[in-house]
Amino acid sequence: MQSDHAGHAHQGGHSDHGDVGSHLRLYWMIGAALYVFTIITVAVNQVHLAIPLAITVALIVATIKGSMVATVFMHLGNEKRWIYGSLLLTAFFFVAMITITTLTLRDTIGTATVHEVSTGAAHPGAVER
Amino acid sequence: MNIPYTVETRPDTGLANGKLGIWLFLASEVMLFGALFSTYIILRTGSVEWPHGELNVWLGMANTFILIGSSVTMVMSWAALKMREWGKHRAYLIVTFLLAAAFLVNKYFEYADHIRRGEGPAHSTFLAIYFTMTGLHGLHIIGGMVVMAYLIGPGAKLFKSNPEQFTNRIEYTGLYWHFVDLVWIFLFPVLYLL
Repeated sequence: MQSDHAGHAHQGGHSDHGDVGSHLRLYWMIGAALYVFTIITVAVNQVHLAIPLAITVALIVATIKGSMVATVFMHLGNEKRWIYGSLLLTAFFFVAMITITTLTLRDTIGTATVHEVSTGAAHPGAVER
Repeated sequence: MNIPYTVETRPDTGLANGKLGIWLFLASEVMLFGALFSTYIILRTGSVEWPHGELNVWLGMANTFILIGSSVTMVMSWAALKMREWGKHRAYLIVTFLLAAAFLVNKYFEYADHIRRGEGPAHSTFLAIYFTMTGLHGLHIIGGMVVMAYLIGPGAKLFKSNPEQFTNRIEYTGLYWHFVDLVWIFLFPVLYLL
C-alpha cells in the first residue's frame, strides 16, 4: 500500500504551485470584476427593460460571472482530463434534462382545452389545470 | 493503515482521489440544482402571471457581495496555505466562515419578513420555488460552514502531521464553496430580478 508520504508527485492541475504567489493579484481582480458585474446586473434591472431582453442580459452576465468563478477560483482553466471528462458528461446530462423539461411545455396530452373546461365538456380522462 | 492517494496522484487519473471525488460530487450537485432550475422554467412558463418586485433586491445584492467576498477569501486561504503562511490562512478561513454566517443572518431577516406577512411557501407558486431553491442553497451554506468550522478547529491539527493532505482538504472545501457561490450567482438574477 502506498504511503501518503511516499514523495510521489503531488496534486496536479493548478496545484503544482511554486507560482501560487503570482496568482494572488488575479484572485483579487476577479473578485473586483464579480462585484462590478453584480452592480451592472442590478443597474440594468433598474431601467426596466422588456422582459425577454432583461432575461437575456441577466443570464449572459450571470454566465460570465460563473465562468470567471469556475475558471479562476475553481482552477478549471488548467485541470486534468478526468475532471474535464466528468464535467463534459455532466454538461450533456444537464442540457438533456433542461431540453426534455422544456419539450414538455408543448405537451397537451391529458389536458383540457379552455373551451372544453368552460363548457364542462372535457373529454374522458381530461384533467383541469 | 494509510488511505492511499490522499496526497500523491494516482498514475491512471493523474489526480489525488479526493480531488476526483469532490468533482464527481459537484457533478451530482449540478444535476440536483439543475432539476430545480428546470422546475422553475416549467412553473414560470406555465403560469398566467409571474410576480415582480416581491423580493428585496438590495438584500439579495448584499448577499451576492457577501458570497463573492467569501469566495475570494476562500481561495486566498488556500493560496496562503500553499505558501505555508499559516497565520494568513487561518485569518482568511475565519473571515470566510464569518461571511457565510452573515449570508445566513441576511437570509433569516428575509425569510422572517415574508413569514410575518403571511407569505410562506404555500402563498404562491413563486414563493414555493423561491423557498425551495434558496432553502436548499442555504442548507449548502450550513454544510460548508460545518466543514470550515472543523478545519478551523479540531481538523487543523492535521497541518502539523501532514501539511500536504491538509492543504488538499482546504482545496476541496474551496471547490465546494465556489460551487455554492456559483449557484447563487444564477439564483440571484433568476429569483430577485427577472
